Amino acid sequence: MASKPAILARGVSKYFGDFPALRDIDLEVWPSQVLAALGRNGAGKTTLLRVLAGLSAPTKGEISFPSADPLEERDRRRLVGVVGHGRWIYDELTAEENLRFFCSLYGVPNARTAADEWLGRVGLGRFRDAFAGEFSRGMRQRLTVARAFIHDPSILLLDEPWTALDDRAMALLSTLVRESRERGRCIVICSHQLREAVEVADEVVLLHRGRLAYQGSVDERLRRNPQSLYERIR
Amino acid sequence: MKRLLADSWTVAAKDLRCELRDKQVLNAAISFALVVLLMFSFTFDPNTNVGIRSLSGGLLWVVYLFAGVLVLNRSFARETANDCLAALVAAPLSGDSLFLGKTVSSWLLILAVELISLPVFGIFFDVNWVPQAGRLLPVLALGTWSFASVGTTFGAVTANNRMRELMLPLLVLPFCLPALVACMSVTWGILDPSAVSEIGPWVRLLIGFDVIYTLLGVLVMDPILRSG
Repeated sequence: MASKPAILARGVSKYFGDFPALRDIDLEVWPSQVLAALGRNGAGKTTLLRVLAGLSAPTKGEISFPSADPLEERDRRRLVGVVGHGRWIYDELTAEENLRFFCSLYGVPNARTAADEWLGRVGLGRFRDAFAGEFSRGMRQRLTVARAFIHDPSILLLDEPWTALDDRAMALLSTLVRESRERGRCIVICSHQLREAVEVADEVVLLHRGRLAYQGSVDERLRRNPQSLYERIR
Repeated sequence: MKRLLADSWTVAAKDLRCELRDKQVLNAAISFALVVLLMFSFTFDPNTNVGIRSLSGGLLWVVYLFAGVLVLNRSFARETANDCLAALVAAPLSGDSLFLGKTVSSWLLILAVELISLPVFGIFFDVNWVPQAGRLLPVLALGTWSFASVGTTFGAVTANNRMRELMLPLLVLPFCLPALVACMSVTWGILDPSAVSEIGPWVRLLIGFDVIYTLLGVLVMDPILRSG
């Protein structure tokens, strides 16, 4: 096991005006670990992911990547791959152009080869020259997944990653997550889809009104009955 | 430095490619410029009012500024679709690269609008600018950079504002006033050398304005985008 956590959050709070979206979150995520941050709508999952991704500054508390520090802020961003609420792809560009653009930003060598490889992996190989704006929702989500994985990030932050995916694409995403874990990557998945999340996660945290209501390992009992997680906050 | 230039060009090339695909902004800005020039040419008929030629440089820059605002509005609006701005903020892309990339793409698009409408301006206002093209084009480039740089900075500020189409011109126009006055004076001086005794100080003002607002944009882009 790695000697330092990949993500360390200490006393993280995020307020929007007076509204506390996150309150005193303490979190450690280790390399080769899949953490599922679960909760109902408005629990603070997306805010947590945005804060971890550096898209939003915490009002209070600190977030660090100890296994990778010390690094410059810009190099730290290179470590992170995000599937966010927005698709983060350009409708006016083709699937390949989208991936090559992000390869350039993340300094991926052989962008064309990498783009071809990932388009093939997510099942969009035939659509490499099609505009992303013409894709169905599920195809866009698959392109989004390829965009997040293409620079081989050591930290993957996935917000509702199964949205709009069909059964084959969901299976593919679960495979990608497992492969990443085996390669020592750390993955945080925010979702309200309990069954899919606990299927791939080693650890779960349950968010309720911005607080960590529960944190623990995923066991067989939880995998069989994921809804039992909510009983802990009743 | 090499990284800065490479990243800036990556952003600029992406913006230009997107624009050349849908041509939303180019079509709108060119149509706007041509229609306004046509309206001005009827309102201020150069055949009946010879003195109007002294105003023509000013009219030209008013058209360019408003057509430019259309381009600038779209620059960051494109990033809000599919939340692409978040992708740029999360990427290992420095604020100065993003600022320079966005400014260069807007600058090139506004220059394209200007170069297309300049011959029309010459015909409508009976101004033969061709012999002065060598002096006029650098002024177009400098003047356009001034509002591209100011517009990109404020474009980032208003990117997530629901009223951004209204807010951006309200913020950009007052700040661009010194550059606009300099552009008008220099253009007038070039087209009618007897009208403006010396254009040197205006050119220096324009260069100074460009340097200051480019440095300002480079410095503030990171705090603007990452302060959320």
